[in-house]
Amino acid sequence: MTLADASYPEDLKYHPEHDWARIEGGEATLGITWYAQDSLGEVVFFEGPEIGSEITKDQPYAEVESVKAVSDVVAPVSGEVIAVNESLSDAPEAINADPYETGWLVKVRLSDPSEADSLMDAAAYAASLE
Amino acid sequence: MPVQYDGIKEEHIAVRTHAGIFDVSHMGQIEVEGPGSLAFLQRLVTNDVAKVQIGGAQYSLLLNEDAGVIDDLFVYRLGHDRYLVITNAGNHEADLVQFGKVARDFDVYVRDASANYAMLAVQGPNARRIVENTLHIELPPRMRVAARQVGRRPAIICGTGYTGEDGVEILVDPEIAPAIWTELVDAGVVPCGLGARDTLRLEVCFHLHGNDLTPETDPWACVESTGFIGAEKVAVLRANGTETKLAPFLIEGAGIPRQGNPVMVGDEQVGTVTSGTFSPSLERGIGMAYLRSDLAEPGTELEIDVRGKRRTARVSSKPLYKKER
Repeated sequence: MTLADASYPEDLKYHPEHDWARIEGGEATLGITWYAQDSLGEVVFFEGPEIGSEITKDQPYAEVESVKAVSDVVAPVSGEVIAVNESLSDAPEAINADPYETGWLVKVRLSDPSEADSLMDAAAYAASLE
Repeated sequence: MPVQYDGIKEEHIAVRTHAGIFDVSHMGQIEVEGPGSLAFLQRLVTNDVAKVQIGGAQYSLLLNEDAGVIDDLFVYRLGHDRYLVITNAGNHEADLVQFGKVARDFDVYVRDASANYAMLAVQGPNARRIVENTLHIELPPRMRVAARQVGRRPAIICGTGYTGEDGVEILVDPEIAPAIWTELVDAGVVPCGLGARDTLRLEVCFHLHGNDLTPETDPWACVESTGFIGAEKVAVLRANGTETKLAPFLIEGAGIPRQGNPVMVGDEQVGTVTSGTFSPSLERGIGMAYLRSDLAEPGTELEIDVRGKRRTARVSSKPLYKKER
């Protein structure tokens, strides 16, 4: 079960490695884009980083696995992990079905909020896929 | 053959519960004919080909002199002195070289027939019923082969497969294969790709040449008394035991093992994963690994090093997946 049509919400920021960030104050929720989940196929396994660990912009911080392949998830921003989406351990398919809402991966406390300025908006990201 | 059509999990479940179709036309075919056919095959492959009746089928290995596995094969007996051998695409050329070399010593005619056949595997609990009703032919039982007419062309129907489910493999003129595919799909058979083919075969512990068998690994399915190439070495291995054994395992918790992952006991590497995947039927990681022989017993606890994370695994018996009855 996957979301049928490509969508890139306007309120998110995008990283070229097909990750999104929803920035709210000093915190951000992170996930992978519609394009990323569609390329990967049905996600069958996700294991997040430890709460309290630091992730670094442009570096992998977790893996998502489909039946056939493993893919790194790259951090669009740096910060300390303050939450991991635990519901994905039982239902990783939410990453396919709803990549921007129930399929979020982690929440972080931003260590350098200005990093967000280097990310793309929805229009620029969508254009980069063409 | 694509990795998937609609999704590996859905295709996998379709084969376990209904019926799926795989275009396996990449597989090779070699025809063996003539009065020396049986003697030739006894020398060439490891199993006892004399046990195969007309209309029968047998799994076998093709070895080099050192008993390394060149390929694993299916041998079908079509007539008294007529056999059809199914090869793996990647090994087909190497197989032909070996067949040709050994054929010089026998009164036998060997022919590469790969271009003559498309091959469709229709697998699953409903596969036979749908094939019979759609193609209007009588099917051979499991592990048997029969010549039939499909679309007014000669076809070879085999009661075999690579999924652990009942079903058939259909060898036909490539010209009419697309029409058969369409008819069966229209009748409700689900198109399946390479991804589901791999998860289905691994759940029932069928070997994949290149992963679980290679020219460097030791063989089985061998009857040394038939005098096949490599039999002397196999006899020595059987007498002395082998250092490693191929064993199936289940991951106990989270994690998906992958080909090449080290198998650990404490700080010692005791084996390597040859095939690993996520099992859609069991909903957890499964695999096969060559393990130090003393650890290959079902129940043994191991750890798999999956890209730096230790995952607990337990050696299991074959097959990993069994249908509930």
